[in-house]
Amino acid sequence: MPSFSPSYKPFGKSAILIEWPPEMNDNILKDILSFQQKIKDNNIEGIIETIQSIHSLTVVYESNNISYHFLKQQLKNIYDEDTDKQPSVNYLWKIPVCYDYKFGLDLKEISIGKRLPVEKIIELHTRAIYLVYSIGFLPGFLYLGGLDERLYFDRKSAPRLKIPKGAVAIGGMQTGIYPNESPGGWQIIGNTPVSFFNKTKVVPCFAKPGDKIQFIRIPFEKYKQIQLEILSKRYTLKKEVVDD
Amino acid sequence: MIKILKEGLHTSIQDLGRIGYRNYGIPVSGAMDIEAAKLSNLILGNEETDAVMEITLLGPKLQFYNDTQIAISGADFSPAKNGFPVEMNTCIEIQKDDIIEFGSRKYGVRTYLAILGGFRTEQMFGSRSFYVGITKKEKISSGDELLFKTKKTSGFAAEVQLNFNNSYFKKQTLMVDKGPEFDLLNDGQKQRLFAEVFTLGMNNRMAYQLKENLPNDLNPIISSTVLPGTVQLTPSGKLIILMRDCPTTGGYPRVLQLTEPSINRLAQKMQHEKVKFTF
Repeated sequence: MPSFSPSYKPFGKSAILIEWPPEMNDNILKDILSFQQKIKDNNIEGIIETIQSIHSLTVVYESNNISYHFLKQQLKNIYDEDTDKQPSVNYLWKIPVCYDYKFGLDLKEISIGKRLPVEKIIELHTRAIYLVYSIGFLPGFLYLGGLDERLYFDRKSAPRLKIPKGAVAIGGMQTGIYPNESPGGWQIIGNTPVSFFNKTKVVPCFAKPGDKIQFIRIPFEKYKQIQLEILSKRYTLKKEVVDD
Repeated sequence: MIKILKEGLHTSIQDLGRIGYRNYGIPVSGAMDIEAAKLSNLILGNEETDAVMEITLLGPKLQFYNDTQIAISGADFSPAKNGFPVEMNTCIEIQKDDIIEFGSRKYGVRTYLAILGGFRTEQMFGSRSFYVGITKKEKISSGDELLFKTKKTSGFAAEVQLNFNNSYFKKQTLMVDKGPEFDLLNDGQKQRLFAEVFTLGMNNRMAYQLKENLPNDLNPIISSTVLPGTVQLTPSGKLIILMRDCPTTGGYPRVLQLTEPSINRLAQKMQHEKVKFTF
């Protein structure tokens, strides 16, 4: 049986917001993902979309087809259902990152601010295994949990107007990858040649919530080589099945 | 085909948006004033999901390479065909080489040009709505050529003339519901939110900022889902009303949620205009 009691509230006239305690917690994540799957499997008429977030699920529905109270009760019943379904297979993705200064524009600033040698920053950043909590904000942006506390570092007070695609960065208590060139205030420590959003694919993101990410340090020559392999479609990202 | 002789201020192709892709972080997008976009399609007997041209403040100049029919709904920018004024909200017959252009603004901010059978620009994730990083183009530029479905006229549309009530362009009130974090506000803040007449600040397809601040000491929230119409309150007291191109998540308290008709109403307002929230 599920072990949480999420709260329900209206989010405008055609959405229900279901909330778990406000924290990045892997048990909460598992509960949200299994609930989202159960909702999909139940195929309720009138549901347009379920949007998953770090500690919430938003169910968007056709308000002329189904009422808030009726849908809320249906969802509560579904939440309480036992499921014998196997949870989906999760992967640990090994993401090559070049931490050279040409990419890691803010490594020195973090090093001074945190009184940590740059080598130590890279070691801490590559040693951790990060859990994908959600995809959101920008197309293909992963919310990752698991950044080493010693690397928590405030965002820039004035955001950069252009951060390159693939930039690996730290913002407060989080680390992340910019899936496309965009403005942004996070501190940049490296760059990956891997694309986190591929608009030509039906499923545009290879990673999904519940998957894990580890960053693998690569030299610039290797970065260039992977870039070429990606261009000629000869590159395969390394992954392992996660069992837990 | 249509050739864009002049691009206008911000001209794009929009439909009802990308539904079902927010779990990849893909915004919904779609026509800012969905009601007006649907109306333009309705006049021609199109599907309401057909792609239309969204025109903002300064209209483009277009030349048609084929016979067709068009309809223009939403803001009134004095549309003209070959130099002669044409009616809004009615079916306009187009012959090869005809030129459509726009003049002075009478009311509203966004107008919609529907074409028989709909525009046939690239479809990404179930929608033709322009969005940077998803479609090749973010907006239409001079020299572009746009495909549309050339189909024989049904004869149905030519008779339609709508009596259009344009009073919603002038109304200040925006209907809202409580946002998920509304109850974190104190009584004084709640009162001000509904008593104050707010002035619209900088805006685009992603959001409208309000000029008056609402002082608060609310902490940012863990990033959570936001929707078009969500009103966010930043730590500095800025109120931001999210619109169709908004990101899928946000980290500021969500204090109000606009109703769908009010999102459409706001889409027809520009900087310095006034709005007032009401339940």
